[in-house]
Amino acid sequence: MLRLMSKIHIPTPLRQYVDKQSTVDVKADTVAEAMSALVAKHPDLRRHLYTEDGKLRAFVNLYVNDEDIRYLQKEATAVKEGDSISIVPSIAGGACRCCPSCW
Amino acid sequence: MATIITEIPVTLSKDEILRYSRHLIMPEVGMEGQQKLKAARVLCIGTGGLGSPLALYLAAAGVGTLGLVDFDVVDYTNLQRQIIHTTADVGRKKIDSATDKLSAINPYLNLRTFDMRLSSENALELFRDFDIIADGTDNFPTRYLVNDACVLTGKPNVYGSIFRFEGQASVFATEDGPCYRCLYPEPPPPGLVPSCAEGGVLGILPGLVGVMQATEVIKLILGVGEPLIGRLLLIDALGMKFRELKLRKNPDCPVCGTHPTVTKLIDYNEFCGIRGEEKTVANGVPEIQVEELKRRLDAKENIFVLDVREPHEYQICNIGGHLIPLNDLPKRVNELDSSREIVVHCKMGGRSAKAVAFLQQSGFTKVHNLAGGITAWSERVDPKVPKY
Repeated sequence: MLRLMSKIHIPTPLRQYVDKQSTVDVKADTVAEAMSALVAKHPDLRRHLYTEDGKLRAFVNLYVNDEDIRYLQKEATAVKEGDSISIVPSIAGGACRCCPSCW
Repeated sequence: MATIITEIPVTLSKDEILRYSRHLIMPEVGMEGQQKLKAARVLCIGTGGLGSPLALYLAAAGVGTLGLVDFDVVDYTNLQRQIIHTTADVGRKKIDSATDKLSAINPYLNLRTFDMRLSSENALELFRDFDIIADGTDNFPTRYLVNDACVLTGKPNVYGSIFRFEGQASVFATEDGPCYRCLYPEPPPPGLVPSCAEGGVLGILPGLVGVMQATEVIKLILGVGEPLIGRLLLIDALGMKFRELKLRKNPDCPVCGTHPTVTKLIDYNEFCGIRGEEKTVANGVPEIQVEELKRRLDAKENIFVLDVREPHEYQICNIGGHLIPLNDLPKRVNELDSSREIVVHCKMGGRSAKAVAFLQQSGFTKVHNLAGGITAWSERVDPKVPKY
């Protein structure tokens, strides 16, 4: 199949790992292909999105246009030319939790 | 959208009619709407970044009963965004500071203050006395607690969340709508995101998002418009772009699904993985106290100080350490001499503990974590070093 261009929206907290871009264009037929193209281009992003065994982290949701892929065909969801994929991590606030004094 | 305020036993005085004139002349609000606002009871969780604009606008708009829950004290780092508190309030209870401002704005307001940390023990009882809960908290355990308590008590959860330049808003836990767990079944593990190096929030952002929450609260009370039920609004303050995503009620949701497994409130710190992983990292590495480091540096001992914070933090203050940000350490470890004694520090001691653990795995044997980081140095050794 001919791979088509889709746009991945990067949330602001993750832009530091993609050279500060707000969107990244990738060629892909499915969400899985699009995401692997994205982390291949920007390897620092991988640990923020995937667990060590390669599963999408539970607090990271992916959308194709405005639909949650969990209610489509998950990562096998097809993407068409012009579709946009959004990465939507959960955010809680500005509190820092990196060390005991922050808890 | 039906209103959630069904009984309106209140009337407005002549002074109140004048005060709410700009509402009363709008047909969408009118006398009936203003009476609904006065009859409504809204509980704000937190009087911080989101809670400040939220409570200020709800008070001004004429919400009759406003509950505030907060255990915290105003500090200088709050003032960049928590606009209900002023410089003169530093050191005061946030509840007391907020009460003064809200009563000054609207003396007709019935304020109910709860000087406590919201917990699994008190949340259900607290929520029962209110019609709407507005979540202005800043951490995952409280987010899940608020959500579950809203589902269990059947109260709508007007949600807003912020991080750096990113905002999210929605209305969860209405009768037929999704809840926060439908969106995010699990929280991020601690230590992954965020950390001191990646934290922070643009001061205006809670203003933007808190006002959106206030708008949704008021719409729910009036029963007008289309509330953010089943929709997640994403706010990108950098691009000033607003996008909307569909949210679905998850039939398998552990709290609001068809066969819920969460039927009472749980231990949310444990659920969010706090008290585990992080402490063992911090406890497992050798530490040095700031006083001892100072004494040994003054005695000209051969100690190499490694600072693993970010360059923008180094610009705020430093103690002359060699800067290698934690994330760069693996690829720059060859800059370090393993024969020398190394003391690693960051802001508070969390990132440097990870750096020490990494260096130990890489074969370094004479490496210590500076307990409490540059903050402890500022507090106990050199007060000229600014805290941030």
